[in-house]
Amino acid sequence: MPVTPRIAADEALDIQPASTPQERLRNFCIIAHIDHGKSTLADRMLQITGIVEERAMRAQYLDRMDIERERGITVKSQAVRMPWQVDGVDYALNMIDTPGHVDFTYEVSRSLAACEGAILLVDAAQGIEAQTLANLYLAMEHDLTIIPVLNKIDLPGAEPEKYAAEIGQLVGVDPEEVLRVSGKTGVGVPELLDHVVRTLPAPEGQVEAPCRAMIFDSVYDTYRGVVTYVRVVDGFLRSRDRIDMMSTGAHHELLEIGVSSPEPHPTQGIGPGEVGYLITGVKDVRQSKVGDTITTSVRGAEEPLAGYADPKPMVYSGLFPIDGSDYPILRDALDKLKLNDAALVYEPETSTALGFGFRVGFLGLLHLEIVRERLEREFDLDLISTAPSVVYDVVMEDGTEVEVLNPSDFPEGKVHSIAEPVARATILVPSEFIGAVMELCQSKRGNLGGMDYLSEDRVELRYTLPLAEIVFDFFDQLKSKTRGYASLDYDVSGSQTADLVKVDILLQGEPVDAFSAIVHRDKAYSYGVDMSGKLKNLIPRQQFEVPIQAAIGSRIIARENIRAMRKDVLSKCYGGDISRKRKLLEKQKEGKKRMKNIGSVEVPQEAFIAALSSDAAEPSKDEKKKK
Amino acid sequence: MTALSAYIHVPFCAVRCGYCDFNTYTNAELGGGGSQAEYADNAMAEMDLTLAADRAAGYEYVEISTVFFGGGTPTLLPADDLVRMLDHLRSLVPLAPGAEVTTEANPDSVTRASLSRLADGGITRVSIGMQSAVPSVLATLDRTHDPERVPQVVQWAKEAGLQVSLDLIYGTPGETLADVETSVRAALACEVDHLSAYSLIIEGNTAMARQLRRGELEAPDPDDMADKYELVDDLAAAAGLSWYEVSNWARTPEHRSRHNLAYWRGGDWWGIGPGAHRHRDGLRAWNVKHPSRYARMLATGELPVADSEQVAAEDRLVERIMLELRIADGLSVDVVPAERRDMLAIHRDRGHLDPEALTAGRAVLTREGRLLADAVIRDLVP
Ligand SMILES: Nc1nc2c(ncn2[C@@H]2O[C@H](COP(=O)(O)OP(=O)(O)OP(=O)(O)O)[C@@H](O)[C@H]2O)c(=O)[nH]1
Ligand SMILES: C[S@@+](CC[C@H](N)C(=O)[O-])C[C@H]1O[C@@H](n2cnc3c(N)ncnc32)[C@H](O)[C@@H]1O
Ligand code: SF4
Ligand SMILES: [Mg+2]
Repeated sequence: MPVTPRIAADEALDIQPASTPQERLRNFCIIAHIDHGKSTLADRMLQITGIVEERAMRAQYLDRMDIERERGITVKSQAVRMPWQVDGVDYALNMIDTPGHVDFTYEVSRSLAACEGAILLVDAAQGIEAQTLANLYLAMEHDLTIIPVLNKIDLPGAEPEKYAAEIGQLVGVDPEEVLRVSGKTGVGVPELLDHVVRTLPAPEGQVEAPCRAMIFDSVYDTYRGVVTYVRVVDGFLRSRDRIDMMSTGAHHELLEIGVSSPEPHPTQGIGPGEVGYLITGVKDVRQSKVGDTITTSVRGAEEPLAGYADPKPMVYSGLFPIDGSDYPILRDALDKLKLNDAALVYEPETSTALGFGFRVGFLGLLHLEIVRERLEREFDLDLISTAPSVVYDVVMEDGTEVEVLNPSDFPEGKVHSIAEPVARATILVPSEFIGAVMELCQSKRGNLGGMDYLSEDRVELRYTLPLAEIVFDFFDQLKSKTRGYASLDYDVSGSQTADLVKVDILLQGEPVDAFSAIVHRDKAYSYGVDMSGKLKNLIPRQQFEVPIQAAIGSRIIARENIRAMRKDVLSKCYGGDISRKRKLLEKQKEGKKRMKNIGSVEVPQEAFIAALSSDAAEPSKDEKKKK
Repeated sequence: MTALSAYIHVPFCAVRCGYCDFNTYTNAELGGGGSQAEYADNAMAEMDLTLAADRAAGYEYVEISTVFFGGGTPTLLPADDLVRMLDHLRSLVPLAPGAEVTTEANPDSVTRASLSRLADGGITRVSIGMQSAVPSVLATLDRTHDPERVPQVVQWAKEAGLQVSLDLIYGTPGETLADVETSVRAALACEVDHLSAYSLIIEGNTAMARQLRRGELEAPDPDDMADKYELVDDLAAAAGLSWYEVSNWARTPEHRSRHNLAYWRGGDWWGIGPGAHRHRDGLRAWNVKHPSRYARMLATGELPVADSEQVAAEDRLVERIMLELRIADGLSVDVVPAERRDMLAIHRDRGHLDPEALTAGRAVLTREGRLLADAVIRDLVP
């Protein structure tokens, strides 16, 4: 789809950064359900605005991380400045491509705060899905102007009429007003950009006021150090300014300021309403915190902009290096990732089964998986993660309250009540599956909150469900019970007390901390039986018999036995090859060193790993791609 | 200087047994001077070089106390070749009076005549690869001999004045406990004074391992192996043979294999032949494996050594514990590193070490302990 850009960025002298009048600026993001084509549409925009050359183009250009490219999903938002001409007038558009997965909603909401409008993209063959709704609601909370767009109209299975009606009803416009594009072929994209210019409000910052710029992203780059992305609201930031972080009062020198197009272009500054980046030479993104307001040291602002609440981790899991000596590497690696991932929280954790590691909080299972994969890949670590757990509030008989992030930290003593987080879930599904979904939600202790028909044959079901039930295998089961048609969105809203118990797994009477779990009483028995059975098959026989028990407090609910090993001797005639014998022994000893001791039971770490990596800890492939 | 032993490796067999990963070749015609017919001369040349090397390093041996022809199948060579090698060896270092000179033999590879020729030539002992008396087990092991032939061969050997030992393998896939009993009884019926019984080890690079991977054979079960070991031990004991090493039983201490004891007690020995290992005062060396390469190196007057290691002090300790713990005399507790000594009482309490012996200062395995010898060793080494 070769196109001649209407205008080349460097020729449009009237839209240079820091000298573009606000009425020539448009800031928007593209939001959608996962896989509805945001990044592909962004590709076409990069192309037709001429900022990425034909030969440099590749699919999902803005998905730069290896992990994004491999999985075909966007994890990080990316902001890009593009020139565009409408009716002979030059405009600078700032477009932000956002992620679609529910775990990264926080990323979306930060992007929204840098924009006046949002393109709500809907796959013309799929229609509205759960994250379409969630992201639309989020954009409306930010008072953004919504441009509803049907994408993928080139698909033979596209049903633009049907879904235009669906969207029209949702957003409150006539179906004819829903634009139709194909991110793949580029059809309708120039018209969409025209529409952006014509319908989105221009930013209305105060030009003369002291500078206030909102940090909406802060990224650590090995070569450039911390790169901070800002949306200037009022006033100007210039390359020679000294700046202040308003939350801490810290001063920084500006080493570089510029815009991304999509490569970094240093400029003399950025002005009101513009989006750009700056580099100050700080080593730690915590010094350049997302949500903070930047102002100039000289003639600075008094009042910061309203920031964002830090994202709250929803699930916690222990991350342990398989090789214990990698612990310091893991610590440094987490510190580094934290630089780019405000949502990541962690504290040291020690496990008898797994050694030294960290208790890490995540936004969801995909977030967990991605962090873990990045740690392994970018820092060459081998890691094991324990079963994810939500945060419980335990109230003891004596009235003390304990927040439990880790089942093995469950308080001793008499428990009065345990509260668990609950989530509001939205499930979109063809009406034929209503029964199946209800049955599933029932079995997961869900409460139906309401039900609406989006169209004749599609239904939105609203449930409250314990978060713990959702983060396990709920999504897989939902998919399989609806032949893949259901989509799910959820957010945490409050908590409820429930009949929860802590199940311990004991090896020869010693609890194995990594396997303690907080579960609903009805599921305690099956957890105990499953886990002890699994361990029985994974833990090698010892020189003595080893009982494996599952217990609630002192009550044993399940038991298995590992029979004593009877033979551990190589009786073969090796003749004079003593070296071989010794090397065999050394190998065995190495293996023994890697064993974890639970009491006097030696367990290869692999056994723990294998027990942890099945179902509970390892989200299945489907989980990676929520639809 | 200390006594010397000699191991002479003969790397030829008529067929390769499916479980066997020893350095052996079924083609008698190997190029480069490595053929079976040229073997004895090569081995003798190596003996000359070995003697020279020892002397150069300041080692001079007064006599040889044990010699062992192993394989492969040494008796695949003409008896005269074995005798020639023995004669050459003793011309370099004299044999001690009463020296033990053993050859391994397959039942098929010896005759009444060859056995008496060996005995006449100075061989004193023959170790026969019987493996089993049960035809189906022998078949699984790819053994070609008729089980009937074993008592016959033992008889001939005894008539020739040779000491006899029989080798058994237990734990072959498909073998029952009753099969093991049959085999052990058959071996004992030959009234031998020495018995070795090895548990089948299926090494990764063997035909049997491939059969296992293809699912054609069932993997040996360790509990079943333990039952079989105990059965062997019971039957041997009932017949008056007692264990003196995990896999070896003898009627009296005089009937123990002195050659093997030399390995286990850290003696010095020459290793002659392709792939053979030697030991001299903490220096372990091993020869190149292929007979042709072996022959070519010898032809240039070079010792056919592939590699060697000077065993560090700590590793010598490891070896000592590893080897001595497996023999009935056991290990002096003083040898166990101080930080490991508390494991001795633990293993006694678990029933792995003999309480009386331990009180007397020696770590001696009980029968349960023998079956767990490697586990005990791991706990005792530094
Ligand atoms: N036929 C067709 N396929 C498209 C179109 N747009 C995107 N796709 C395909 O849809 C899939 C998802 O596209 P992406 O652009 O990665 O979707 P996304 O919304 O950015 O996904 P996330 O960032 O993970 O939420 C890819 O296989 C694209 O090739 C289109 O207009 N037509
Ligand atoms: C060096 S081998 C060769 C002796 C002779 N060629 C024979 O097979 O009769 C000596 C003994 O080791 C034992 N052996 C060989 N391979 C074995 C294995 N994989 N597992 C257990 N024992 C084995 C057999 O009992 C064999 O008799
Ligand atoms: S005869 Fe002995 S050495 Fe030869 S292949 Fe069979 S077991 Fe191995
Ligand atoms: Mg994307």
